[in-house]
Amino acid sequence: MKFKNKTSPFYNSTSNVNGIMLQVLYALMPGTVVMCLFFGWGILFNIVLAIIFALALEAVALKLRKRPIMPFLNDLSAVTAAWLFALTLPPLMPWWIVFIGIFFAIIVAKQLYGGIGYNPFNPAMVGYAVLIVSFPFEMSQWINPNNPLLSFTESFTLIFSEATPEWDAITMATPLDEVKTELRAGTDYSTIVTQSPYLKSASNNTWLWSSLAFALGGAWLLYKKIIHWQIPAALLGSLFLISSVFYLFSPASFASPLFHLISGASILGAFFIATDPVSASTTPMGKIIYGGAIGLLIYIIRTWGNYPDAIAFSVLIMNMAVPLIDYYTQPRVYGQSKNNKDKQ
Amino acid sequence: MSATSPDQIASDIDDIFDEENSIPKRQLSYGKITSDALWTNNAGLVQLLGLCPLLAVTGNVINGLGLGIATIITLTCSNLIIAFTRNWIRKEIRIPYYVLVIASIVTIIDLSMNAITPELHSVLGIFIPLIVTNCLIIGRAEAFASKNDIPRAVLDGFMMGLGFALVLIALGAIREILGSGTLLSGASIMFGSIAENWTISLFENYQGFLLAILPPGAFLVMGLLIAFKNIVDKRIKAKSV
Repeated sequence: MKFKNKTSPFYNSTSNVNGIMLQVLYALMPGTVVMCLFFGWGILFNIVLAIIFALALEAVALKLRKRPIMPFLNDLSAVTAAWLFALTLPPLMPWWIVFIGIFFAIIVAKQLYGGIGYNPFNPAMVGYAVLIVSFPFEMSQWINPNNPLLSFTESFTLIFSEATPEWDAITMATPLDEVKTELRAGTDYSTIVTQSPYLKSASNNTWLWSSLAFALGGAWLLYKKIIHWQIPAALLGSLFLISSVFYLFSPASFASPLFHLISGASILGAFFIATDPVSASTTPMGKIIYGGAIGLLIYIIRTWGNYPDAIAFSVLIMNMAVPLIDYYTQPRVYGQSKNNKDKQ
Repeated sequence: MSATSPDQIASDIDDIFDEENSIPKRQLSYGKITSDALWTNNAGLVQLLGLCPLLAVTGNVINGLGLGIATIITLTCSNLIIAFTRNWIRKEIRIPYYVLVIASIVTIIDLSMNAITPELHSVLGIFIPLIVTNCLIIGRAEAFASKNDIPRAVLDGFMMGLGFALVLIALGAIREILGSGTLLSGASIMFGSIAENWTISLFENYQGFLLAILPPGAFLVMGLLIAFKNIVDKRIKAKSV
């Protein structure tokens, strides 16, 4: 009988990029389904279009860079980035805006930096940031979920034809926008909540349900050990903490901590976007700092900034800080004394 | 970008001290000066000097052209004066002297632009006085004009300025086409009423791509221009081998 002669470590991991990305895609399913139920076919169109564009652009870029195409397309990282990117878009985006966003996500943020594993910035969030800066009007047209949903063909014509829909008739401000505008106008927070079509009852609050569904997916990723607890916990924890401080200080002029946690893309960002294995911090302590700082920035940008949501900018800013964080949070190697670090 | 200028000057000073210890330099040919300034050692694309105005005012072609012309005049005049006085200025005081010369020239240009094209002057605003801090100008004074005769210094100043202006115009054109879908908008500000309808609209119903007009767009387009130059250089090198 012959023994395999392997060198240590003997732990044989079966995980690879493809497997991890597949788990992330599974975890995105419940949230995606809930968003489709509320916002209709537009969400599905966004996802399909984004994936098609992402795969095509990735193939073109790999061809130009003279890299093998199929192994990189099969690793599903482009699909995952495109899917996450599409989930941040309002439904019924014209197809060319989706294309521009994916172009910046895949070509500029990912392939120009050297492809998977080399991108310092989260590709999906780069795509989103480009769009929110360039097309603020289109990017804020969220469909009113209380209206009857548009049919498949109606959505199709709105996305692919030149005709602009009657935006005013079918869209409404997101809760984040609404609360921010009203708070700045001086309305009391408790009055806003009772008047808002979203916030007055839980069943109307689409964002609450999609957030819960994404949290379910996040729990699956934690259970599968695809992501670690530090980033989501630190992100949501610091967001909750700082919003509680301000809410307790003045409940009338600041939104409640719970509102911040379930509105916008907080949950999606905490479990799926900030945890991107390439652009996030990698040390245990670094992850806590990274997640905590993102949570803080989210609150600052949401409360005093002018953009509708803050996940993209917060994640991109902290992506820049990742090399520094990782440098200063190197874990101590087992057996080494505590103040041995400088002598290495 | 004025923050980078001390480093730039410091490195230039080192260069001079090194060179003075070595053998006397041979005079560069006029052709070499021109090709260096316009391509090989282009101020915008290779030396990356004066990035602040380069990125800040190139939202359209006319702004780029205006600042480009102002830079060409400043650079030519400052190189002329500094080459003319290069044998009388002691090494210890040369930097304050350069700053004085450049500041006087820029003040003259600033005031003349205010008199001749007040609209363009108000658009370019602070960036005209800020030409003083453009490290390209003091860099050329230090690295070239103080070591060469007058015709060479003037040619170098003009060609360096032209190379910088061409980058400004290219950046301005790309950003204007992408950002607002037009070309030469506001030409009448610069050329008077004959240029009223020079503006070219390239697309019908173009919505505009705001990113190209905003600062991140300037950095992106600049990066792509540098990449393009590197590709061209690589091709030329591959051919000549």
